[in-house]
Amino acid sequence: MGGNNDNTQGVVNNMSKLEYRAIQELKYKRGQIDRRTFVRSLLATGVALPSALSLAGQVAASTPKSGGRFRMGLGHGSTTDTLDSATSENHFTLVNGYTFGNHLTEVSNTGELIPELAESFESDDAQKWVFNLRQGVEFHNGKTMTSEDVVASYNHHMGEDSTSAAKGLLTQVKSLKADGKNKVIFELENPNADFPFIVSDYHISIRPAGDMASGVGTGGYILQSFEPGVKSVLKKNPNYWKEGAAHFDEVELLSIIDPTARQNALTSGDIDAMDRVDLKTVNLFKRNKDIYIWDATGTAHYTFPMRLSVAPFDNYDLRMALKWSIKRQELVDKILLGYGAIGNDHPISTANRYHNSDLPQREFDADKAAYHYKKSGHSGKIPLSAADAAFAGAVDAAQLMAASAAEAGMEIEVIREPKDGYWSNVWNNDAKGWCACYWGGRPTEDWMFSAAYTDDTEWNDTAWKTTDSAVKFNKLVKEARAELNDNKRRELYYECQRLIYDDGGTICPIFNSYVSANSKAIATDENIAANWDSDGAKCVERWWFA
Amino acid sequence: MHPVLKTVLGRLGLGLATLFIVSIIIFSAIEMLPGDFGQAILGQAATEETVAAFRRELGLDEPPYIRYLQWVGGAIQGDLGTSFSGRNASGTDRSREVIDLIAPRLWNTLFLASVTAIIAVPVSLFLGITSALYRNSVYDRTINTTTLTTISFPEFFVAYILILLLASLYPIFPSLANVDASTPLNERLYRSALPAFTLTLVIVAHMMRMTRAAIINLLASPYIQMARLSGASQTEVILKHALPNAWAPIATVIAFNLAYLVVGVVVVEVVFVYPGVGQLMVDAVTSRDIPVVQGCALIFAVTYILLNLIADIIGIITNPRLLHPK
Repeated sequence: MGGNNDNTQGVVNNMSKLEYRAIQELKYKRGQIDRRTFVRSLLATGVALPSALSLAGQVAASTPKSGGRFRMGLGHGSTTDTLDSATSENHFTLVNGYTFGNHLTEVSNTGELIPELAESFESDDAQKWVFNLRQGVEFHNGKTMTSEDVVASYNHHMGEDSTSAAKGLLTQVKSLKADGKNKVIFELENPNADFPFIVSDYHISIRPAGDMASGVGTGGYILQSFEPGVKSVLKKNPNYWKEGAAHFDEVELLSIIDPTARQNALTSGDIDAMDRVDLKTVNLFKRNKDIYIWDATGTAHYTFPMRLSVAPFDNYDLRMALKWSIKRQELVDKILLGYGAIGNDHPISTANRYHNSDLPQREFDADKAAYHYKKSGHSGKIPLSAADAAFAGAVDAAQLMAASAAEAGMEIEVIREPKDGYWSNVWNNDAKGWCACYWGGRPTEDWMFSAAYTDDTEWNDTAWKTTDSAVKFNKLVKEARAELNDNKRRELYYECQRLIYDDGGTICPIFNSYVSANSKAIATDENIAANWDSDGAKCVERWWFA
Repeated sequence: MHPVLKTVLGRLGLGLATLFIVSIIIFSAIEMLPGDFGQAILGQAATEETVAAFRRELGLDEPPYIRYLQWVGGAIQGDLGTSFSGRNASGTDRSREVIDLIAPRLWNTLFLASVTAIIAVPVSLFLGITSALYRNSVYDRTINTTTLTTISFPEFFVAYILILLLASLYPIFPSLANVDASTPLNERLYRSALPAFTLTLVIVAHMMRMTRAAIINLLASPYIQMARLSGASQTEVILKHALPNAWAPIATVIAFNLAYLVVGVVVVEVVFVYPGVGQLMVDAVTSRDIPVVQGCALIFAVTYILLNLIADIIGIITNPRLLHPK
């Protein structure tokens, strides 16, 4: 130990040893100090040499390294894709958008909401929200981001003629104004305690004012070329403001729609990572020694919405009979091949903050189903529309449901619908009373409810609006939205889930996992986000080459 | 006027008439598609309001005949219109010209088609002629069985087998053929190798069998027997006497297969992730990007008509009776 030691010793006396170790570890991770210095500082805090060396090794293994060209194959992407986040709708545009752009807030890989381009945000009444912007952040074109850009980015989605898919999300914003260069203030129509979650939505990317569609952002990578439906090439942003993110030098996102082609490319080393492993062949794919398969269960789920506006689904007992007639575990095993979890007829997943775990899990129960079916007074076939446009295996799932319902004495007639125009002509349409549907889920309870269950959303695919429970539900959702007290919100949301579980029109039998595969050369944090596929669609800035 | 020139001009006129009828068929077929662009691009997120905003912006509320005349009028002047995608009501219009969308993809498709044709046409001619030469020999039977086997399997199956053999087990070629405009020629050839092999295997049988059949058919004619009697060898009989009269059917089948290479290889494009024009058209149909669908369909029609025209002309000018009228 040389002269440096005295210096180290002095510092240690002035702060707690653990704190000092943590700081040195961070410095070592970021490459600000070398291994020797790190080991020395551990020794100085009283760690024995062997453990100090092994600790240094562990830190090094989990430390992101810079460099390399990351090539990812994605199962989405089409020639109609654009760089304008307002029309962003598939996973390719999502990953691409999160790679070159940032948002006011971000959902971290542990599922918490953390500030991103906003440094902090606050509200006293959940109605007026103040976002303090991070200072000195530069767009890729060299312009410094200010409140003017944030306001312009939001107005892009809010105009009367806007065709943005985020238009509906932002109708709650009454006014939005800049307060100086580094602050924006949102006035909402009604209080919404979850508003900071809303602003993390992938549509609402912050772009320079006047240039919403050319792909200039503040993200960790600068767009080099973009060929819709083919690929996107990006280069590391040397001025990226976020620390400990964006480790690759170059990135190539490829649209490889065919799952076999995607798996071939990963096997032959043409790509380093892929999403959406084909579940039918996952067990064979697993045998490959150079790759690993991982899955994350998030908020995505499959539903079978029954419309209360169409007979016989306006009948409470008939809905209940159908809810009791489903073998949920069988659906997980056969449709998801085990990559998923059973649902409990409400859309809130265990990954959400206020998941109601007190509700008894609904299982297949022929007696209860038969009891309710008899009470409903219904007779004859019950039509169920399905197409694989809803989700892969929707028709098979409908057939399984028909089989289990038959055991309870009910006859479900499965109608195979064309994939084309499924979302316009079958789903959310009074022409069909019951169909298959898919929801990507939402990070908050309020968001999920106001997307598909409250009486004011166009996507209320169950038309559950007028029953006593529905009226109560709508009241509670509004109440919870304005509530900043955590315990009270929990109580309100528990009750909301119970109301959907009991009276609601949806059957939510399964939550599907995202199943992906990476080359063993790719390292990730131990936590992987589940709010979207591909580590919250932010894998490009979160992963690195080991 | 020289009768050959007259026939060619006649064929050209017929080709234009065909094209006109095809344009009407394309337009009305697309009119009959259910759903529209607004609904397709917004998917589950389509609300009546936003769909209506899209329709207004794209002029889809105009009557069909006006839209047809606008489209045909533009197409005659080489303007295929503007793609529906990339538009937004607020802010700038980022939509692209259909020509700009199709051109790079069409170039890729033509490249792959040419590479395949350069391999497949000589190979099938050679195999066809030699198997006619050694008719009913072991050689002939082997060639026939092999090519018939490869044409009998669906393209994607042939593609996967090649990937398994040449990309996975013995990694000689890449399984991804994702070329782009900046890919240098040698890299481009290397990346397109597997798709080109696949297509070669798929089309060789047809051309080879047709060549063989055309020649064998002629071998029974009296003038060939005359040539034989005058002492010509088998090779001479086939190359000098039979082949010149067999060009017409051979050219027709080659044209047919070349047209297939341009318009019908979407499955191979998907398996190898090759950015060709077939994939573009399928995408455009799914998203109801009508100008792109119409543009692609029109280009496909032109390809078919042109290649068949060329085959016809070859048939005419290699036909001695038409070349030397009395």
